[in-house]
Amino acid sequence: MKRLIPLLLAAVLALWVGMGLKTPKLERESAFHLDEFSRLPVLSNGRIKPLDTIARTHLLSFQGRQRVKNAEGETIAPTAWLLDMFFRPELADSYQTIEIVHPGVLDVVGLSINDGQDKKRFSFSQLESALPEIDRQAKLADALQSAQRDAFQRAIVQLRNRLVSYQQLKFTFTPGDGSDFRTDLVWLQDNVGPAVAAIRARFNNEEHDEALATRAMNLGSAFGHMNDMAGILPIPPQGDDTSDHLWQKSGQALVSTFQTGQVHPFALVYAGLGTAWQDQDPETFNTIITLYRGILDDSFAEQLKKADRENTFNGAEPFYRASVLFVIAMLLAIGSWLVWPKVLRPSAEAVLAVAWFVTTVGILTRMWLEGRPPVTNLYSSALFVGWGAVALCIILERLFPQAIAVTAGSLIGFATLLIAHHLSLSGDTLEMMRAVLDSNFWLATHVIVITIGYSATYLAGALAIIYIVRSRVPGGLDKNTGDALNRMVYGIVCFATLFSLIGTILGGIWADQSWGRFWGWDPKENGALIIVIWNAIILHARWGGMARTRGIMALAVFGNIVTSWSWFGTNMLGVGLHSYGFMDAAFWALIGFVTSQLILIGIAYLPTSAAKPTAPHLSASLDSAKGSNS
Amino acid sequence: MSSEVTVSQAFIKFFTSLKLTVVLLVLSMLLVFIATIAQVQLGIHGVLDRYFRTFFVMAFVGENRIPLPWFPGGYLIGGFLLINLIASHLYRFKITWKKAGIQLTHFGLIVLLVGELVTGILQEEFALTFNEGETKSYSEAFRDNEVVIIDTTDADEDVVTAIPESVIADGDPIQHGALPFRVLIHGYYANADLTMRNSLPADSTPPGMAPNIANQGIGPRIAVFPKRYSYDDNDRNLPVAILELVGTEGSIGTWLVSPMLPMPQTFEYAGRSFRIGMRFTREYKPFAMKLIELKHDVYPGSQIPKNFSSRVHVTALDGSEDREALIYMNHPLRYQGYTFYQFQMDSANGMSRLQVVRNPGYMMPYIATILMTLGLLLQFGIHLVKFTQRRTA
Repeated sequence: MKRLIPLLLAAVLALWVGMGLKTPKLERESAFHLDEFSRLPVLSNGRIKPLDTIARTHLLSFQGRQRVKNAEGETIAPTAWLLDMFFRPELADSYQTIEIVHPGVLDVVGLSINDGQDKKRFSFSQLESALPEIDRQAKLADALQSAQRDAFQRAIVQLRNRLVSYQQLKFTFTPGDGSDFRTDLVWLQDNVGPAVAAIRARFNNEEHDEALATRAMNLGSAFGHMNDMAGILPIPPQGDDTSDHLWQKSGQALVSTFQTGQVHPFALVYAGLGTAWQDQDPETFNTIITLYRGILDDSFAEQLKKADRENTFNGAEPFYRASVLFVIAMLLAIGSWLVWPKVLRPSAEAVLAVAWFVTTVGILTRMWLEGRPPVTNLYSSALFVGWGAVALCIILERLFPQAIAVTAGSLIGFATLLIAHHLSLSGDTLEMMRAVLDSNFWLATHVIVITIGYSATYLAGALAIIYIVRSRVPGGLDKNTGDALNRMVYGIVCFATLFSLIGTILGGIWADQSWGRFWGWDPKENGALIIVIWNAIILHARWGGMARTRGIMALAVFGNIVTSWSWFGTNMLGVGLHSYGFMDAAFWALIGFVTSQLILIGIAYLPTSAAKPTAPHLSASLDSAKGSNS
Repeated sequence: MSSEVTVSQAFIKFFTSLKLTVVLLVLSMLLVFIATIAQVQLGIHGVLDRYFRTFFVMAFVGENRIPLPWFPGGYLIGGFLLINLIASHLYRFKITWKKAGIQLTHFGLIVLLVGELVTGILQEEFALTFNEGETKSYSEAFRDNEVVIIDTTDADEDVVTAIPESVIADGDPIQHGALPFRVLIHGYYANADLTMRNSLPADSTPPGMAPNIANQGIGPRIAVFPKRYSYDDNDRNLPVAILELVGTEGSIGTWLVSPMLPMPQTFEYAGRSFRIGMRFTREYKPFAMKLIELKHDVYPGSQIPKNFSSRVHVTALDGSEDREALIYMNHPLRYQGYTFYQFQMDSANGMSRLQVVRNPGYMMPYIATILMTLGLLLQFGIHLVKFTQRRTA
């Protein structure tokens, strides 16, 4: 039975992860085929993605979460929110989906926290009267480089950008005013020939039907406005050439009506969906989607399949579910040090393995969707750092079955997924690569190898933290465990040195191949170099007898600071060729992390009388450490 | 005699000690860190000069900006590391299989350090800027300028005398065999703004305006406003010099020159025609390069750049080369020891700028890489075998 418990637990949790593949409840229970709508492919920011991704990434960047409540306070599906944005903008404007936390910005827009949902989310209607002032304030801040803006200026620019992107969404399929657009288009389809003739006659000052010309021209300018405002290209090309650059905005496709004499059928499809949604007529809505998907299936089967998979991937939320598993694994592992080690430790190990498997599948899916190596931006580097560290921990736990590696692994796994979640708030994480970072062999390899170097350095740090904490708990560290930790940290530091050095050098080769110089002292290059040097310092200090167990542990914890600086700090400088991941908000998080690590190092060096070491080996190693560190 | 032995032994002990290694590694890490932070202010090139390619990092103290060394520079730390490494290998290490990995790694590190030194001394970087259809046989420096006095008397051949900006900055009179006059320097500003004098209120001296005694060419009509030298990698410093040419019969005239003045200023002297001006330092190449076509692609439905490319035609002046090449992101052209890679582009105006790098030591990092990788694999391989043996034992 004892052997079965870990397996059963792992199986139950794996089943829970698998449940994510099902259509979400809100979409399943709707009379509308929301799921089918959310899987429709559109082109945005250089790649074809499902409307589901559009809904989720916009919601995340507007309000930091994907959940929406309508004006009645009921939770609605992200897709339903998107449909309202497209076709019932007056309703969508009443949902509180725009996050404002900076008190100065709230003053500028004339709102107080009590006006907002959860004291921080506001609706477009609430902000509408303040739009000119928001725009004016943001323009003042635009004059400064982003690194020089203060917190208020950053917040107001962020709000302005959110509102711009919010407004853009409304023009994706319609003129954004909630009018009955389908009727207009059908009228145009029936009258396009006479309308064009009337407009031409009017320009030539000849006799014409004024009403006809005016209505057609108003529609034409509405199409033009849609084309200027919208950001998404939802209309696939007709004809044999189906390449990505032929996708069009709705406005663009509709403008061509006046040349072709034919309203673009796909634009008409979306206008029909819009009317069905406005009328809350699920039957028509579902029929149109089924027909449209059938048409797309002829020429865009591949794109449909990809969009379907991405939709499933979004709904399954593998990284969210993995982070829950990491927490469970950590609790089980720490618990195993106190009670029932024979059940809890293997359970923790099994749960960690499931979590690692889930992140592996998640990363592989992203790679397949993107057609790229695993690390392409800061977000994916966070996923990969965690993945690499957990993989090392699974091996370590086999070698030293003491629940230490599982604890460290689940700690890093959870932390990196948390970081990744915060990085995902800035938008689509499957973004296109800028030209300078366009992939080639050396680029892909050096980034992967360096990222594994990060994983290993963090792992050494995490193991050292476990050592420090347990050595301060009475009875927390027996000789066996202390020895095992010592050897694990040493082994992992060796591994980290190897990978960070090779990765850094491969990066140099890439730079030489791409730019004609091996080393350019760019901040990111320097960051990688610092990690190499730091690991070399740990190894040389150990070989030279300058640091014993406690010293090595403290140095390994400092490695966390060094790695974090290289990973995030260098991006915050905002200079150099690598500063693609620039961010403002993470600065204080980094400061907080550095402080916590310094405190842990301080704890390692507390006088031994503050906590009584119980095992003889510990006092011996502390004594020898004293000699070398004084 | 015996005391001398002890001194040399003490030296050996100092330079071969592992403690020195750790201290130097810590110092190098700190140097890299502070230099990275300093890049925000100084840009990469300022940091290279002031932190890495120097023996000491200087701070400028007080109003008189007295230079004081406050941290060892890249050459000092790197030099000590080199000595430490080589000395340790000579005196401390015995060549055994067990240590072969470490030996090899360190030897690779020596090659890498020396390689960076060679690069620091010998590497040259230029920009080649051209428009579609234009052919160029020279590239221009990113930061350096030169004053040129061109004898254009012969219709078939120009005789160019180029005076580097650093010589102008020294301020001493210049006499050159090719010139029938001396050059006196009456003013030099490393970076300045120029304004037409008639756009300023008449008969007034706005604050910050430098004296300008130019009396020839466009010079008298220009007002000079010196400004701070910029280390920003995206900014270009535009110097100004005020030069008097003095022949055997006395002054010929005083000119104001700057790379900002595109029109050549001409004059006649002793029956010969001259042009005077200041321009980005040129390096002429034994080949010509023509920009045939440039492309700037973005991802559909976005402003994200997907690719920049320049199609060029290379013709060697001696006729040995006549071919087309496509230079794009991460795909440079290597030719005659130069690397040309796509640097900047203004596709609206048909302008492309290539960065041209020549680094005679470019092979050294590759050799170092191979040595270090082999060394590390050997070393950690031995460790791993021992580790698993100990576990199974």
